Amino acid sequence: MRRRAPLALLGCALLLAGCGGSDGRSSTLTVFTAASLTDVFAQLGDELEEQRPGLDVRFTVAGSSTLAAQLVQGAPADVFASADERQMAVVTGAGLADAPTVFAANVLTVVVPEGNPAGVIGLADLAREELAVALCAPEVPCGAAAERLLAAAGVEARPDTLEADARAALTKVELGEVDAALVYVTDAAGRPDTVDAIEIPQAGSAVNDYSVGVLTDAPNPDAARAFVDLLLSADGRRLLADAGFRQP
Amino acid sequence: MSRTGRTGAGVPVPLMIPAALAVAFLVLPLAGLLVRAPWSGLAEQLTAPGVGSALRLSLVSATAATAVSLVLGVPLAWVLARSRVRGRAVLRALVTVPLVLPPVVGGVALFLVLGRQGIVGSWLDETFGITIPFTTTAVVIAQTFVAMPFLVVSVEGALRAADARFEDVAATLGADRWTTFRRVTLPMVAPGVAAGAVLCWARALGEFGATITFAGNFPGTTQTMPVAVYLALQRDPEAAVALSLVLLAVSLATLLLLRDRWLGRAGVAP
Repeated sequence: MRRRAPLALLGCALLLAGCGGSDGRSSTLTVFTAASLTDVFAQLGDELEEQRPGLDVRFTVAGSSTLAAQLVQGAPADVFASADERQMAVVTGAGLADAPTVFAANVLTVVVPEGNPAGVIGLADLAREELAVALCAPEVPCGAAAERLLAAAGVEARPDTLEADARAALTKVELGEVDAALVYVTDAAGRPDTVDAIEIPQAGSAVNDYSVGVLTDAPNPDAARAFVDLLLSADGRRLLADAGFRQP
Repeated sequence: MSRTGRTGAGVPVPLMIPAALAVAFLVLPLAGLLVRAPWSGLAEQLTAPGVGSALRLSLVSATAATAVSLVLGVPLAWVLARSRVRGRAVLRALVTVPLVLPPVVGGVALFLVLGRQGIVGSWLDETFGITIPFTTTAVVIAQTFVAMPFLVVSVEGALRAADARFEDVAATLGADRWTTFRRVTLPMVAPGVAAGAVLCWARALGEFGATITFAGNFPGTTQTMPVAVYLALQRDPEAAVALSLVLLAVSLATLLLLRDRWLGRAGVAP
């Protein structure tokens, strides 16, 4: 009997959660979002919770490819926002979402440690042998974008390390361990005190499109659509612009 | 020998069932890798550029990390097990911290000491023009940091289990402590040292978090197999499985071979 207690508790918890959902007044919205959208989405979530008393907006934050893999493996969610169209295609290809909307774009920028100790002025400096340079690995979206950008600019970069994601590259700049890195404009905008961004005129040649979609099996499709509408509204666009995102 | 046979035949049920569960728990994920491996395209995946250099770098760096761990870790284990240094308990806790520290945190900590801006690293850079991060040396340092405690703990256990009276006898026969250590203690705990070295090597071979943080990732200089697997997973899960199989096969082969050679006759591992 004693051994059954945890199971019984779990059963009660599930039952209660179920009741909460069918109540109609209190419900949960689960949003799977790419890491770079964290701050903007948190503000949108607060706004939606204010508009709809009783709604609880929850976020699962990770890299887009991780999220796509989790969704394909059956993770329950209402909304998926991807930083990469390829990963959105993985989810729509599995029949889990239809008609995603492209809502923002992100471009790369050169970031340097605060004060720019190595005197970096642009993309061409990434080819300087004596500088420690971090790029993203070509396997991840920001690395693929970096390859396109460097090819378009005709720069033969000499990276010392190919990082697993943009945040890891940014961290190496913040620690002062590299002189320059290529990361997303929005990553740089989030760290104004520790890194300086150097805008590059060629940035437009490698644009990452962000898309959002309501999942076919969304437990809360009504709130999911409301969230997407809010994201596409003037309010949403302003928040995205403030965070450094471009219009698609 | 006959005793071993009898105990083997009659494993008590309360031990048998959990043991079987443990085997299933540990082996099934490996079986999953084997079942889902892209066997038809395997040759193609494995001859892809970078696989050979990643494997070579992994084997070389893990071996170097084990060598460093032996040179520094065995003496440390002796100090922990035999000396009467004050604060040994605190010392033991401190040097096993890397066992519980998330490896990524270990990597950041290494930056703070040995990085370009680090406490020791900035001095190295200014005085000798040496920078450690993003080099093969950084890979070995990261692996040593994470793996050496395994060796220290193994060897210390072996030293504690070994009969200290042999050392006392050696001392009464006029051997100094250094001679005693070399001629009596070390041969006595050799199986424990070997087991510790194997454990240390295996841990270094699989090291990921501290390596990718402190040494970064660059094919040929710092991209070890675990890092290559992680990056392959971002683009092509099948390639990641194929790479994992190589790492698995090489490490299993090495461990079986070494175990036979070093531990086969002694038959004991602490």
